[in-house]
Amino acid sequence: MTNISNYILPVFLLIIIGFGLYKRIDVFAVFIDGAKRGFDVFLSILPSLTALFLAVQMLKTSQGIDIITKVLSPIANFLKIPVETLPMCILSPISGGGSLSIYESIISECGPDSYVGRVASVMMGSTETTFYAIAVYFGSVGIKKIRHTAICSLCADFTSFILAGLFVRLLFY
Amino acid sequence: MMNYIWAVIIIFSVVSSLLNGTSNALSTGIITSGNTAVDLCLTLLGTFCLWNGLMNVAEKSGITKIISKIMSPVICRLFKGIDKDSPALEPICLNITSNLLGLSNAATPIGIEAMKRLSNNNTNKTSPSNDMVLFVVMNSAALRIIPSTVAGIRASHNSANPLEIVLPSILVSFCALSVGIIMTKLTERFF
Repeated sequence: MTNISNYILPVFLLIIIGFGLYKRIDVFAVFIDGAKRGFDVFLSILPSLTALFLAVQMLKTSQGIDIITKVLSPIANFLKIPVETLPMCILSPISGGGSLSIYESIISECGPDSYVGRVASVMMGSTETTFYAIAVYFGSVGIKKIRHTAICSLCADFTSFILAGLFVRLLFY
Repeated sequence: MMNYIWAVIIIFSVVSSLLNGTSNALSTGIITSGNTAVDLCLTLLGTFCLWNGLMNVAEKSGITKIISKIMSPVICRLFKGIDKDSPALEPICLNITSNLLGLSNAATPIGIEAMKRLSNNNTNKTSPSNDMVLFVVMNSAALRIIPSTVAGIRASHNSANPLEIVLPSILVSFCALSVGIIMTKLTERFF
């Protein structure tokens, strides 16, 4: 079953190119024409990603996460979020790579089939990097005001963190 | 908003490095962060070219039209500024499809194309339209059929059943996505 995900990408490509040929399109020329736009995207998101990565690196290297974890532990306990997953939850809205490496260490310490391991897996499987999305998408169109985006996205993330434990308890225990 | 979030993270980091005695590591972190951003963007450059190319093929062949025909009843209801003939409809549908399939490398460049087309409809160039906010919120709450990265890590740590988390992940992300959409709709008039 894990292998299924390995077939998604090739089949996706097969459908796009196959359908293009079927419609008698010069797939090669059309592909190259579209690929040129990749450069504009690259240039338009670089500034906002630089800003994001500065903040992420500073938060990681200063070990500020430890301080936030300590402060938020009682709240996590109250909401039945396993404290082990807290650093991952805090980092996941700003850094996909950072939260993934914490996730890996949780899995190797607690085991993938433990309660904490399962909750962490569901959390990782149900969230995206909120501020990365904000930086990339708004950066690409040169918008600096984000209105209610961050609040609403963080509400969605928060929902995932609370519900992950609940659904794991309902389905497995 | 981003203004304050960004500044608070930076100030908080400096203060906590003083408390934790990690100012040395912090300095290194600051210097390398620029390189990390460029490295990532360079890695993504190829991905962007690849998916913009494929997106162009998919669009010219009309396959995106088929996908968007299927999804448009839902999408047009969520995005108030979008109708069946909007140029942004096709990339939005393709972005959601690639998110569902777990092709996040594809979803980003296709989503950027959608943002560009949504921004053409936006009269205010400094502040995003309701549709643009909703689109980003939907992209930051990930609804996908198979969380392949997580399943892969679980498998590499000898899980008895790496994919047992698929069902709860889908349920949880569906709830999170719903909360995100509802919150966006409720709060859009206040911002």
